[in-house]
Amino acid sequence: MLELRNVTKTVGGADHIRDVSLSLSRGSLNVLLGPTLAGKTSLMRLMAGLDKPTSGSVWFDGKDVTGVRVQDRNVAMVYQQFINYPAMTVYENIASPLRVKGEARSKIDGEVRRAAELLKLTPYLDRTPLNLSGGQQQRTALARAIVKNAGLVLLDEPLANLDYKLREELRAELPKIFAETGAIFVYATTEPHEALLLGGNTATLSEGRVTQFGPTIDVFRQPADLITARTFADPPLNTIALEKRGSSFLLDGGVNLPVPAQLAGIADARYTIGFQPHHLSLKKPNRDAVAVTAKVNVTEITGSESFVHLDFADARWVMLTPGIQTFEPDDRIGVYIDHRNIMVFDEAGRSMSAVREAA
Amino acid sequence: MARIDLDHIRHAYGPNPKSDKDYALREVHHSFDDGGAYALLGPSGCGKTTLLNIISGLLHPSHGRLLFNGNDVTGLSTQERNIAQVFQFPVIYDTMTVFDNLAFPLRNRGVPEAEVGKRVTETLAMIGLSDRAKRKARGLTADQKQKISLGRGLVRHDVNAILFDEPLTVIDPHMKWQLRSQLKQLHRRFGYTMVYVTHDQTEALTFADQVVVMYDGAIVQIGTPAELFERPKHTFVGYFIGSPGMNVLPASVDGSRAKIGDQIIELPAAPTSTPAGKVEIGIRPEFVRLGDKGMPVAVNKVEDIGRQKIVRATFEGRDLVAVLAEDEAVPADARVTFAPAGINLYADSWRVELGR
Repeated sequence: MLELRNVTKTVGGADHIRDVSLSLSRGSLNVLLGPTLAGKTSLMRLMAGLDKPTSGSVWFDGKDVTGVRVQDRNVAMVYQQFINYPAMTVYENIASPLRVKGEARSKIDGEVRRAAELLKLTPYLDRTPLNLSGGQQQRTALARAIVKNAGLVLLDEPLANLDYKLREELRAELPKIFAETGAIFVYATTEPHEALLLGGNTATLSEGRVTQFGPTIDVFRQPADLITARTFADPPLNTIALEKRGSSFLLDGGVNLPVPAQLAGIADARYTIGFQPHHLSLKKPNRDAVAVTAKVNVTEITGSESFVHLDFADARWVMLTPGIQTFEPDDRIGVYIDHRNIMVFDEAGRSMSAVREAA
Repeated sequence: MARIDLDHIRHAYGPNPKSDKDYALREVHHSFDDGGAYALLGPSGCGKTTLLNIISGLLHPSHGRLLFNGNDVTGLSTQERNIAQVFQFPVIYDTMTVFDNLAFPLRNRGVPEAEVGKRVTETLAMIGLSDRAKRKARGLTADQKQKISLGRGLVRHDVNAILFDEPLTVIDPHMKWQLRSQLKQLHRRFGYTMVYVTHDQTEALTFADQVVVMYDGAIVQIGTPAELFERPKHTFVGYFIGSPGMNVLPASVDGSRAKIGDQIIELPAAPTSTPAGKVEIGIRPEFVRLGDKGMPVAVNKVEDIGRQKIVRATFEGRDLVAVLAEDEAVPADARVTFAPAGINLYADSWRVELGR
């Protein structure tokens, strides 16, 4: 198990990581999700021992490893850039960590061939990395991380430089490969969709802080606060600030949106509600959904679906709706909000569902 | 802005090309309409960047001609072609302010300073950097720098075309949404001819009126996003567009009935010509229905990815992927049907028209 206990990292007076506590268990896949500069790479460097925390401690299998250098830890890293030894064959690239350890030739051969098979590199073992596609180069780096048999494998946006489709393939394979090795995997990404496809656990990061950590789908469905909900939304989360009175939220244009049943009785105050783009619809999804009129900004078509960018009061929303929609800019259209799918946040940004559960 | 004609263009990087294999770009003969938004989409090595570089003049094609509004520009330099370009990585002057970076292409062409001020201010607002106008570019983040690059591409209104080479790769997902919809609005407002190279289908489909799908040095299909989704001309288009891509299953056809393994599937109509060679049925995951009626199928795995569920199954010994909506359940003892509207027939990987 890897544990970070109240880890803070300050560089030149700026907080890169703020009071992070996390425990990651053996054989688990853990996604670090957040925008650029949220602290994903900084956190990985602390986990690896490439950097030392300013305060707090790092524990591995019950031992304090805070001051232990990366060379003396059992860690493998894969970066966004494909890093291989250009003069060595793919075989030698994969074998290199085992050679450093001084393993027997037969053991090395077995491990290299097993990893190559897992990552579909068997036909390319005799080539040098520069004669491979980007996807194969990154597979080589991943294979090397696997033979290292590290207890902790850190993957920093490993698929970001790959073609969309290659990314899709490798992303589907990675969790299976991870599961076989029993190591702790940490995977950094800026893309919510990638986190959802990987599954496992997700820690959302914002400005150096871990805002939530738990099973990926739970963090997505039940974000504890507005920052987490925003971090975990692509297209961006639709939000609007409004007043709650009695059993309704008062939307612009005199529309009353019922308060979800599980939140009945929360105090009358200002709230921010948030909902996903596919929870805004052109057809009435159920009896209680309410219609509002919004102004079309631009419509993007993905083939089977359309993203309609809308202005409503002072908010900018995106609706993801089935079929090809051909609205013109400035068209006024009626759209439905289903109150059962809204998230409600108080003025401090806390999710009211989470506040309720905690109470 | 200009209409762009690609007149029998081919390109080989090596000397004396003989066969198709020697060409990075096999024959392209096509026109980009004045004011159109086009995306060139395909995996790395498909020839999309080669084609873009031929349009920009960074590369001179080994064969064929390039015309802007009917004028042959094949021999002209990039500068003489009067185009704007945005690359994958920021190309900016670090020591200049953000404002001066955007003003540079205008001042270069002797635009009066009052007009420069107006255009730059407008562009800054568009890319959301108004408050950084006086800052030196050096201290900015990677995505702010890329926004400046985008702004420089958009600041001139008198160019023949704007060419984009993977311009949003280094931009965070949230910013991508914003910039993409801004590009789209600008396109509508000013009617720029835009050509946009990307390997990301979402970017291509949402940006372009017409998507040019390339594979192995050739164009395999040009179409609207809906056409590419509903009627992929080649199984590659079915695979490359859509996430997950189209299911492609070996089949045999007799009249309007197709057979996959032991299962008979009624086609919407009989093919207009008898399919020869390798016959396959293509069905997108969105058109695969799971219910209590239909053909036998074994569900192996259900991935909950938030707004959808991806169901991985085995059908007649083959992998089959289905996509369900967030609120749809996977029935116990599920059976499978294919929505007729989503069935496409392929012979040797090319689509065969069904008589409907």
